[in-house]
Amino acid sequence: MVEAVTRRVRVEQIMGTAISIDLRDADVDGESIETAFAWLRQVDARFSPYKPASEISRLGRGELILDQCHADVAEVLSLCEDLRRETDGVFNAWRCRNDGRLDPSGVVKGWAVERAAELIETAGAHNFCINAGGDIVARGKPEPGRDWRIGIRHPRDGSLLAAVVQVTDRAVATSGNYERGDHITDARTGVPNRELRSLTVAGPSLTLADAYATAGFAMGLDGVAWVTARPGYAAYAVTVDDRVRYSDAFKGLLVSGTGR
Amino acid sequence: MPTRAAVAIVATAIAVVLLFSFKTPAQARPRTPAADVQATPTPSASPSPTDSSAPTPTPSPTGPTYKDGQYTGQDFPNQFGDTQVKITISGGRITDVQAVQLPFDRPRSAEISQYASPLLHDEVLQAQSAQIDSLSGATYTSDAYAQSVQSALDQAHG
Repeated sequence: MVEAVTRRVRVEQIMGTAISIDLRDADVDGESIETAFAWLRQVDARFSPYKPASEISRLGRGELILDQCHADVAEVLSLCEDLRRETDGVFNAWRCRNDGRLDPSGVVKGWAVERAAELIETAGAHNFCINAGGDIVARGKPEPGRDWRIGIRHPRDGSLLAAVVQVTDRAVATSGNYERGDHITDARTGVPNRELRSLTVAGPSLTLADAYATAGFAMGLDGVAWVTARPGYAAYAVTVDDRVRYSDAFKGLLVSGTGR
Repeated sequence: MPTRAAVAIVATAIAVVLLFSFKTPAQARPRTPAADVQATPTPSASPSPTDSSAPTPTPSPTGPTYKDGQYTGQDFPNQFGDTQVKITISGGRITDVQAVQLPFDRPRSAEISQYASPLLHDEVLQAQSAQIDSLSGATYTSDAYAQSVQSALDQAHG
């Protein structure tokens, strides 16, 4: 008799996308999932540049100063500044909107989901996966004896996978222009780079994997080498001429698909 | 002559991997049993890409057989930089071809090695049959989620 693996999944629409939490620990209170979603809703209310009453919107309009905001705002803006420097200005939260308003969205989702994962771990869970609109934190194992199998969407056909990776205790984030158009630009020029169809980054932190995928995508072909040079992070790109390029470290994660 | 044969295969593999223009399966049938790689183990010493669709003479009635193992070709300069092709032969047939991208000529490139290869038809997987736990992709909108593979994965529990 094989005992069925307990799987609890909840999905909520937050931050303009769907976030699903898939908890595999049978002995952990499901309340931890509710706590994580409550946190994510709170982040959305505070950081959304699309909500006029959010602290980020009020900060951007000069109605608040940083000291009047929640401490998390300073933390996120500090992350944004680190990434602006690390990407030589390709990522710039102060320059990614046409109207020049502050928009830290490129960092907020990954950061918030990583904190949500910490909340679930605090409740005693070791085996779960959070998928926030295609950006993933995978902890532990989905069932005894194997790691999480993460499909990488084929950028030209949502029913196909370009590849499958096997991971544990890792984040996987993908940037591309096939879902929402040319929204990723080099903040220095405001121009989208059209050399890649998608760029997937795997590494220990979703905050950085997500930000690196976005910045690397904006860099185009150079972005693969740029991400690969970040210690602990691996990159996999599908180019506009339908080739894949990936780093040594990513090759070690592939279980099937191109590059196997 | 296994060694000479292997050199010929590597040369052919370079031609196949680098000079063919494979299109993605979005408009083609996925999972076509395309023998893209196995189809052309011609023993000619300098294959030309224009020849590769022509019938190739076979030197022996049983066709060429090759010694099992892995063989790496010479550097091959191309639009992506220098590339080497590594092939794997088992059971006398080519079972794998990989284009290994050599480090870029730029700072910090010493520790960066990249691979580059076409997104081959027969390596693309149907999401529904790939037995994945989760799907990574560019951020979808709340509306697009309903139609996504991730939505199906999220519902397939209990």
